[in-house]
This record gives sequence, structure tokens and C-alpha cells, in this order.
Amino acid sequence: MTTNEVLIKVENLQKTFGENQVLKDINAEIHKGDVMVVIGASGSGKSTFLRCLNLLEEPTGGKIFFEGVDITDSKVNINLHRQKMGMVFQQFNLFPHMTILKNMIIGPMKLLKMSKAEAEKEAMALLERVGLADRANDYPSQLSGGQKQRIAIVRALCMKPDVMLFDEPTSALDPEMVGEVLEVMKSLAKEGMTMVVVTHEMGFAREVATDVVFIDEGVIVEQAPPEEFFTNPKNDRLKDFLSKVL
Amino acid sequence: MADFFNGIITFISEGINSTFITEDRWIDFLLGLGNTLLITLGAVVIGVVLGFLVAIVRSTYDMNYSGKKKKGPFAVLMKVLNAVCNVYITVIRGTPVLVQLMIMYFIVFATSHNGLMIAILSFGINSGAYVAEIMRSGIMSIDKGQFEASRSLGFGYKDTMLSVILPQAFKNVLPALGNEVIVLVKETSVAAYVGIAELTYTGNFVISRTYEAFFPLISVAIIYLTLVLILTFFQKKLEKRLRNSDH
Repeated sequence: MTTNEVLIKVENLQKTFGENQVLKDINAEIHKGDVMVVIGASGSGKSTFLRCLNLLEEPTGGKIFFEGVDITDSKVNINLHRQKMGMVFQQFNLFPHMTILKNMIIGPMKLLKMSKAEAEKEAMALLERVGLADRANDYPSQLSGGQKQRIAIVRALCMKPDVMLFDEPTSALDPEMVGEVLEVMKSLAKEGMTMVVVTHEMGFAREVATDVVFIDEGVIVEQAPPEEFFTNPKNDRLKDFLSKVL
Repeated sequence: MADFFNGIITFISEGINSTFITEDRWIDFLLGLGNTLLITLGAVVIGVVLGFLVAIVRSTYDMNYSGKKKKGPFAVLMKVLNAVCNVYITVIRGTPVLVQLMIMYFIVFATSHNGLMIAILSFGINSGAYVAEIMRSGIMSIDKGQFEASRSLGFGYKDTMLSVILPQAFKNVLPALGNEVIVLVKETSVAAYVGIAELTYTGNFVISRTYEAFFPLISVAIIYLTLVLILTFFQKKLEKRLRNSDH
């Protein structure tokens, strides 16, 4: 599904927390339709990289172009660009004081100025798709982890984003619930959604990714299509990492 | 034995008679109760508004400006506002409410005779400092992920606060806010000290007329207790209603 159209371009991205330089010099290009899977040991900077893409973490250096606009420029209204970048978190982060349906329609209604009826119609169609239409009026606390994460994904989809960012979406789930979330992500990828996924699910990377990226100590040390990445890794630290996780 | 009970009944009926009926003193109690309620209500309104504003300033500063190198007139304004709020909370929490009331009554508003207004203002300003800290703790208690989820959808800081953070924070601090109101009802009795005719003052006044302390004081205590019980009842009801999203 990969195209030549560059959606996100990262140039010399750096991020420092106090004395600790987490991202040293990251350069990357994400094309429309790409599914980029980012892997790396904990503390390698992979989550920070992802969180920089929609400026949840403010980069301390470098540039990030999204749809041609440098979003690290302080004059840019980041809220408008974030509407086009859906994000899914490890801890789901559904709003506990709202029903599932309200969780999904609040963005479209308030930010996209959609009518309630229209927003609800689209939300219900998405809920139908992930098999949770009957839970529309429940509260998040009534759902299982896997269900919550599926809701979190469709909540982000309600904003009709151009790219979806996943920050370890299955790491907080019980093992038997990982599959249902990965299924939703796979179907998204099949439809051509551009995705950046930080995960430890190597099976998902092998099957769905167009590009696999290995981050170590704040730099991208290897980037390749999955077949090459897993069968013929070049970097020593990547070899070591893969031998531990595969 | 019959004489003993008759004695008790006589004692009670004479006590009630001299406390409430003679010189229509029940009207005094009613007026006193009215003033107590008025001071409490006014102070709660001022306290909640003031506390809310201070909490917003302080947590906005903590989340967006503290330790960050932001520049521009808005950052300077936030810094000044935050400092003012800190001084306010420190001074109010660091001095007795009676002293604050006396300063307002005898110094700030020395020329005014509107004791009720002065009491409302004093207790409101006092309560605001406590409400501010309660609200701030509520805002800080909300998981950072809630904030990030809302921002990642594209909501700005203001919308995130109003739609996501504050509704949850308010629910979390409701017991503490209810407590603050209950404390405030009883604290207004301090106003008797500067001669404002609220409930405790009335009790004291009746004692000075009858030279008998038992019935007036016990009556005043029972009225306060009833007020607090009523407030507790409504507090529990409201908490129950807001809890419907936790299953």
C-alpha cells in the first residue's frame, strides 16, 4: 500500500529530559499508506519518538513535517494537526466519566463541528465494525482491557485521521485479549491507513509492517522491510535483541 | 416518683418557655438562624468561585509554565498571578479566621455598619483558600493519560480542562468540598465575637436576658447539628448521583 507521497518527515529529531538525551538524531520518512513498526529495548527512546510525532513530547531539536508543515514551529496551531493524527495509548485513556458513545462523538462534535446525529451515526458504524455496538451506552469501567483498547482505536478513527500512532497498544492487555486488538489494527492496515506502531508484537511486525525500525540509545540503527529485517539483520545490537525476543 | 417526673417536666417547659416564648425570643432565634445561613451561603459562593479561579491559575502554572522557559506577556502574567495566589493561600491559611474577621471588621471596613456583608466577605475569602487547595489536589489527581488523550484528539488546554479534567476532578473532591461547607457552617459562629446577630450570638443574647445558660446553648447546638445533618444528607445524595459512571 506504500506510496511515494511523504506524510511525515522527521529531520534530526532530538529530545532531552534534563541531562538525559533520549533521542539523539532521528531521521525518518513515513509515506502515505506505510505501516512503520518501531521496536527497541525499553528505554531506547521508541515511545518518545512516537510521542514527538504529535508533539505530546516537545522536541528539543530538529524538525517534524506533517503534510508539508513544520509542526515544531511555535507559530503552528498544533491542535489542528493533532486532529489528523490519531493516537492510541498503552493505558487506553478512555474518558471514564463519559459513555462509550460520548467518548467517541465528543471530538467530532466539538472539533469538527459535526451534528450529534451525524457523529453518532459514524460512531455506531465504527462500533459495529469492532463488534461493540451493544456497548455504546456503557461506561469504560464496564469493559475488559481488549474492549477498551478497541474503543480507543475507533475513538481516534472518529476524527478521520490521516495517520494513526500506536504506543504499545497491547502491552497492558491480558494475553488472551491481544489478538482482538491486533485484528482491528491489521484490518486498518489493509484499508491503507498510515500507521506508526511501537510494539513488542514481532508477529504483527512481520505480517503487517511495510517498514520495521530498530531504535537503540536514541538513534535508528536499522530500518528495513520485515522479511529482510528479521531474516538478515545487520546491526549487532539488533541481532542480540532479536535473539532475545524471537 | 411522680413528683420527680413532674419536676423534670416543669423544668423543661419553663426552660423552653423562657428561651423561646418569653419576649417572642423564637423570632430572635429564627433571625439568627437566617443570618447564619445567609453568611454560609454567601461565603460558599465566594469561596467556590475564588477557590476555583485560584486552583485553575495554580495548576495551569504548574502544568505549563513551572520550570519551562516560556516567554511572552502571557507567561509573565501567569507568573505574577501564580505568585499572588500563593501569597493569598499562605496568608489565609496561616492566620486564624477570627483575626481575619476582626481585621476586616475593625480595620478594612471600620466605617461600615453592614456586619453581615463583612462576615460573608471574610468567610468567603477564608474558605476560598481551602477550596483552592481542594480543587487543585483534585485536578492533580487526574491521570496524565487523560490529559494526553484529550490533547491527542486535538482539544486545546481549555477544552481539555472543561470537558475532561474538571468533571472528573470535581467528582473526586466532592467529599472534601462537602466537608468544607460543613466546617464553614459551624465556623460562622465566630462572627458572634464582633456582634453580628447570627445563631450563636442569639443564644448568648438570650442567656444575658434569662441568666440561664442550659437551654439557650443546648438549643443552639441542636440547631447547628440539624443543619449539618441536612447538609450531609444532600452531600451523600449528590455523591451517589455522580458515582453512576463507576461500576
